[in-house]
Amino acid sequence: MTAQAAEAPPDGPGARGAAERERRTPGTRFLGPQRRSLWFWIFVGPFALGLALFTYVPLAWSVYLSFFDAHNTVTPTDFVGLGNYTSMLTDGAFLSSLGTFALFTLFIVPATYALSLALAVMVNRLRFAQAFFRSVFFLPTACSYVVAALIWKLSLFNGVRFGLANTVLGWFGADQTAWLSTTDPPWYWLVIVTVRLWLQAGFYMILFLAGLQRISPQLYEAAAVDGARPGWQTFRHITFPQLRATSVAVVLLLVINAFQAFDEFYNLLSDARGYPPYARPPLVYLYYTALGREQNLGLGSAGAVILALIIAVATVAQARWLGLGRKED
Amino acid sequence: MTGTGTGIGRRGLLAATGGLALTGLLAACGSNTGRGGGGSGPGISQWYHQYGEPGVERAVRRYADSYKKAQVTVQWRPGDYDRQTAAALLTDSGPDVFEVNGPTLDQIRGGQIVDLTAEVEPVKDDFNQAVLAPKIWQDRIWGIPQTIDTQLLYYRKSLLKDAGLEPPRTLDALVDAARKLTTKKTKGLFLGNDGGAGVLGGTPLFAAGLSLVTEDGKAGFDDPAAARTLGKIRRLYADKSLLLGAPTDWSDPAAFLQELTAMQWSGLWALPQIQQTFGDDFGVLPFPADGPHGAPAVPVGAYASAVSARSARKAEAKAFASWLWMERTDLQQDFALSYGFHIPARTSLAKKAARLRTGAAADAVRYATDHGHAEPLRWTTASRTAYQDALSHIIKDGASPESELRTVVRKVDAELARVRKR
Repeated sequence: MTAQAAEAPPDGPGARGAAERERRTPGTRFLGPQRRSLWFWIFVGPFALGLALFTYVPLAWSVYLSFFDAHNTVTPTDFVGLGNYTSMLTDGAFLSSLGTFALFTLFIVPATYALSLALAVMVNRLRFAQAFFRSVFFLPTACSYVVAALIWKLSLFNGVRFGLANTVLGWFGADQTAWLSTTDPPWYWLVIVTVRLWLQAGFYMILFLAGLQRISPQLYEAAAVDGARPGWQTFRHITFPQLRATSVAVVLLLVINAFQAFDEFYNLLSDARGYPPYARPPLVYLYYTALGREQNLGLGSAGAVILALIIAVATVAQARWLGLGRKED
Repeated sequence: MTGTGTGIGRRGLLAATGGLALTGLLAACGSNTGRGGGGSGPGISQWYHQYGEPGVERAVRRYADSYKKAQVTVQWRPGDYDRQTAAALLTDSGPDVFEVNGPTLDQIRGGQIVDLTAEVEPVKDDFNQAVLAPKIWQDRIWGIPQTIDTQLLYYRKSLLKDAGLEPPRTLDALVDAARKLTTKKTKGLFLGNDGGAGVLGGTPLFAAGLSLVTEDGKAGFDDPAAARTLGKIRRLYADKSLLLGAPTDWSDPAAFLQELTAMQWSGLWALPQIQQTFGDDFGVLPFPADGPHGAPAVPVGAYASAVSARSARKAEAKAFASWLWMERTDLQQDFALSYGFHIPARTSLAKKAARLRTGAAADAVRYATDHGHAEPLRWTTASRTAYQDALSHIIKDGASPESELRTVVRKVDAELARVRKR
């Protein structure tokens, strides 16, 4: 680095003098030419510091806590080894929360994928008012999960006769249904899944639209010349394979989003007395264990570590399977 | 040279501005510790959760201002109060004096709360013993009960009369009444949007003559009677007599007032609103008795005033808590009765209160005195969650009460063993 600075063409006697002075001062080696390293740390430092302070330290602390009986304290003394892990892994409620979460992911990922792709293909074929429909479908993305969950809970899917869903059912003479309180059949899934579909389908539609617009028209022309029928055949053999990169990104984002399931679950189903034992994803369960009145930070941390490991394994497996970052053929 | 000079100057300026902004941000993060500056005497911060009734906030600020020995800053905390205090108690920037829906056993065992035995002892016998009991651990008193809250079954007299029903005195009669009162537009009974698992808690067990935790520290519902009683709550759900998915929950009388339900389980605090709407056309009942050993039951509980062990001014904080919640009976009476509708925690004050001596209010006070059960201190949150989950499975999924309760008993006994050691 210093050599490069010395070889740089001198702009004038003043500049050369400055460069030599800089080389002589102690610490120049650390600061680099034009104090680049200094500026690097000034710009990156606050972020890195924040990341370390607010992400890595709590992360490490959480792992530390998971080996202690830490009721109502973050500086525990009662070491319990793997006790928290065994009780978490034998806790039926935690295991069922993992099941809930798997079920939710299995449903929401394909459903959002299909819906947003269908929307994108439809909007892409529009000859007029395309911008309008693009905006209309995208708008829900701007709504917060909490607000949407409350609207779903209080006005669309409340259990009394004047809720929207029950009003519509009432026209056909059906009885009112308590959507969020009925476990047999599990109507609450309808509420949870529709709110998320409504919120996120528009965003992924935009991603797919961008992908669709990157497909060269010549491919379609060539396919038409070769006798491919427009519609399903073209979609199956031209559009869909060409969207591979977009699809991989969309699926990955969807899975990560599903891992983070908390907002709509919590706002739809929690009440002052806690949370019902169904549709309780792990984050909600751990939130109540560690941060609720129970304040069992050790057990909650153990659960968080287990969950983090599962997510890590799932992500790596998924990246392998989908070939994330692999060169396009 | 001049060019380089200005360049560095500009960068320097930028860096300086950035640094300043960062300092400002950091300062802003650290500034809101809740301790008001200025004033004479040492400052004490006092926390309250947000009361729904108008006027409470002004009243508690007035109480704090009239304390002369120290400057007391009241913090009115909307949102999830239990979680806020739990987090704040882990740090030095928490409250000195605070009200708490507890304190919980783990807060006491964790040394987060200061012993208030010396302060409470002189008037210990004047407190309602049912609500004082959960504030005591190993013969020490850890919180001063503020006011008593209780819950009741509200029913519409006219609706019951039209259906030819008597006010239900047994659980079977309640199940029967709820079914008969259910019409196309109105449900028979509202126990909260979760079907009752949350709000009922141990009340049905008390009504069956059982308890949550026995005297000798065992789960108090390892009994066939428990399964039988909880099975009847399931009956209510299976009959479709329960209102579910109402826009407001059990704590709000709105569903009852809008005639979405003929009977509702709600708090004593809802009584003035219901009285205003229905006049005399309503009555209150305890949770009806069930089985041969059963007795009517209502839950009672009290928010307590506690002092944080992390407080830098423990002596002053104790003195203030003792002044407000022990000495100033006039303020305690004002707090309990002038805004919402609560029973004073001191028996002597409860007897004096004129508002509590007539009509449904008098019934409510009688139920709270005669049939009141408080959740024992050893009923930890983990036990409560396990029991509540089981109750939900029984009510909504029709799970077998026997096997669900067996799981809970195991969990509760493990929790009781945990808090027994050390």
